[in-house]
Amino acid sequence: MSKKFMYVNRKAPYGTVYALESLEVVLIAAAFEQDVSLAFIDDGVYQIAKGQDTKGIGMKGFSATYNALGDYDVNKFYVERESLEERGLTEDDLMPIVYEDEDDDWAEKPSVKIVSRAEMAQVLSEQDVTLSF
Amino acid sequence: MALEINGQSIALDEEGYLENLSDWTPEIATALASGEDVELGDEHWDIINFLREYYEEYQIAPAVRVLTKAVGKRLGKDKGNSKYLYSLFPYGPGKQACKYAGLPKPTGCV
Amino acid sequence: MSMLHIVNKSPFERNALASCLGHALEGDSVLLIEDAVVGAIDGSNFIEQIKVAMADKSVYVLGADLAARGMQENRVAEGIQVVDYAGFVDLAANNEKTQSWL
Repeated sequence: MSKKFMYVNRKAPYGTVYALESLEVVLIAAAFEQDVSLAFIDDGVYQIAKGQDTKGIGMKGFSATYNALGDYDVNKFYVERESLEERGLTEDDLMPIVYEDEDDDWAEKPSVKIVSRAEMAQVLSEQDVTLSF
Repeated sequence: MALEINGQSIALDEEGYLENLSDWTPEIATALASGEDVELGDEHWDIINFLREYYEEYQIAPAVRVLTKAVGKRLGKDKGNSKYLYSLFPYGPGKQACKYAGLPKPTGCV
Repeated sequence: MSMLHIVNKSPFERNALASCLGHALEGDSVLLIEDAVVGAIDGSNFIEQIKVAMADKSVYVLGADLAARGMQENRVAEGIQVVDYAGFVDLAANNEKTQSWL
């Protein structure tokens, strides 16, 4: 039976290497075909903000890669509503990340799920393995 | 390492992947392949072009599992299996095709 | 299905403790280690939040990290339990899961 893996992301991208490291571990671990979820809490919500343009800071942007995760069967992106609100953001500020449902004639479905802090706490408690970044 | 082509020297890493992705041209792909005794036909180019488009969109090289699935979807079920891909790229579709396409080695690919 | 939450950053510098307390569930344990121990000192700005959490969760602090920062156990706010490394191991063993708040 596959285990439930949760990657908890609480840092904005680019200022530290946490966000990129998390993404790379998710991609590597995806080869093991586990049940993977991602949580975006606190400044972590900025990792999937749309319109990221890194030209001016001379770093390679990696936001486009989140859109590839659906191909790796990673399609549960839990985003905390309170974290968005505290930062003056809404769901419209996030990339419209989707996946194609193989069991539903490749229909495109949203990967992002906005949850309350209480719901997030519940989701976090239901995992087998939690990796924090 | 370097590849000499048309009087130019193209930098390669120790495994033969392009140091600078922007150096890539179809001629370089052909030269990298012939260095490994592979002659690129249309079926190879289908995969190489697919990889370049995938990288352009997502900024990563796809894992073999993803490549297989995507090729099956795009080029037909009979081609969406590792047997077909290995027949084109015997050293491993991820590694070898990505090299010719000028991409970095796929994440998680040993 | 209780969880041990581990916090290692000072709450004066980062929001890891606040975020942890906002996501821990009833019956969970919270352990403060490394720089996070400064939040457990009686009179710190974070004691009120910790007291609220202690209504249905347990809060612990690692003694060695307190000592390393010149703090004796008697400086820790009431209700927060001081543990040694063996106690740390017990906490990890007695909870089904652990989560770090970096």
